[in-house]
Amino acid sequence: MKVGVVVFPGSNCDRDTLHAARLAGTEAEPLWHETPDVRGVDLVVLPGGFAYGDYLRAGVLARFSPIMAAVRDHAQSGGFVLGICNGFQVLAEAGLVPGALRRNSTLRFEHRWVRLSVERGDSPYTRGLPPGRTLRMPIAHGEGNYYLPEGELDALESRGGVLFRYAPPEGNPNGSARDIAGVCDTGGRVCGLMPHPERASEALLGSDDGMLLLRSLVEGVAIAGRAVAAA
Amino acid sequence: MSAHRFVVAVMPKPGILDPQGRAVEQALPHLEVSGVSDVRVGRRVELTVEAPDTMAARAVVERLAGEVFANPIIETWEVAPASLVAAAG
Repeated sequence: MKVGVVVFPGSNCDRDTLHAARLAGTEAEPLWHETPDVRGVDLVVLPGGFAYGDYLRAGVLARFSPIMAAVRDHAQSGGFVLGICNGFQVLAEAGLVPGALRRNSTLRFEHRWVRLSVERGDSPYTRGLPPGRTLRMPIAHGEGNYYLPEGELDALESRGGVLFRYAPPEGNPNGSARDIAGVCDTGGRVCGLMPHPERASEALLGSDDGMLLLRSLVEGVAIAGRAVAAA
Repeated sequence: MSAHRFVVAVMPKPGILDPQGRAVEQALPHLEVSGVSDVRVGRRVELTVEAPDTMAARAVVERLAGEVFANPIIETWEVAPASLVAAAG
């Protein structure tokens, strides 16, 4: 399985993400944002960082990078896309996942460990996770306060678009609506996630729960690939 | 073609928490200023557009405002010709 990690000017989790993707058993390569091509990878990851310095609004300028048209085509043809932290902000600004990430309600940049509940076990992102298991991962963001109007939140929930929520004991760190930490698009293959699985990918980092998620995703992508091959 | 200058004012939508505005408001007592409430912080973008006429220039600015300068989910915006803004100011 091939993974491409997009490198924007200001990305700073790209190397960690490449490392974690390789640990999860994939062939992972960086994709420079000015190359309008995702080079046939199965999964595109938009990593964390501060693309374009977060100028104007987090994620908005990265959305216009040449590679984003290819990422959109990849998503629309059923390819997998995971946006982590700043990558989630880019996906939201591009309209590839629903919602917007506002400034944290705490008025602070929040960098700490949180816990996530898994809201559905049948998504390609979560099907390999042990049922009932919460995931411990770090966050590091100033704009992670998830927002959608109430009616659209109901619609998102009823179609199973919420994959992860902030859970006790640490709870909601940023004021996100309904404790939402991760969402997916209607096809279920494009996911935006605020916490950093790549920063929890080995026990020596304090948790390897992120690796559980990445391995689950690798398995989910492989199952989806076999379904296509069989069809 | 002529040059047309515009001002785009972007604000958080009414009713949506504005943490910047709240931070400013919370700092005001340190300045011994009281009686100030409902502080909201937005963004002002100025730009010049080359176009055949004002209508065409304005159409470009309206598009940029909705796609780039503001996020329609959480923000509102107003476009005005810079000359009018300057005159009003």
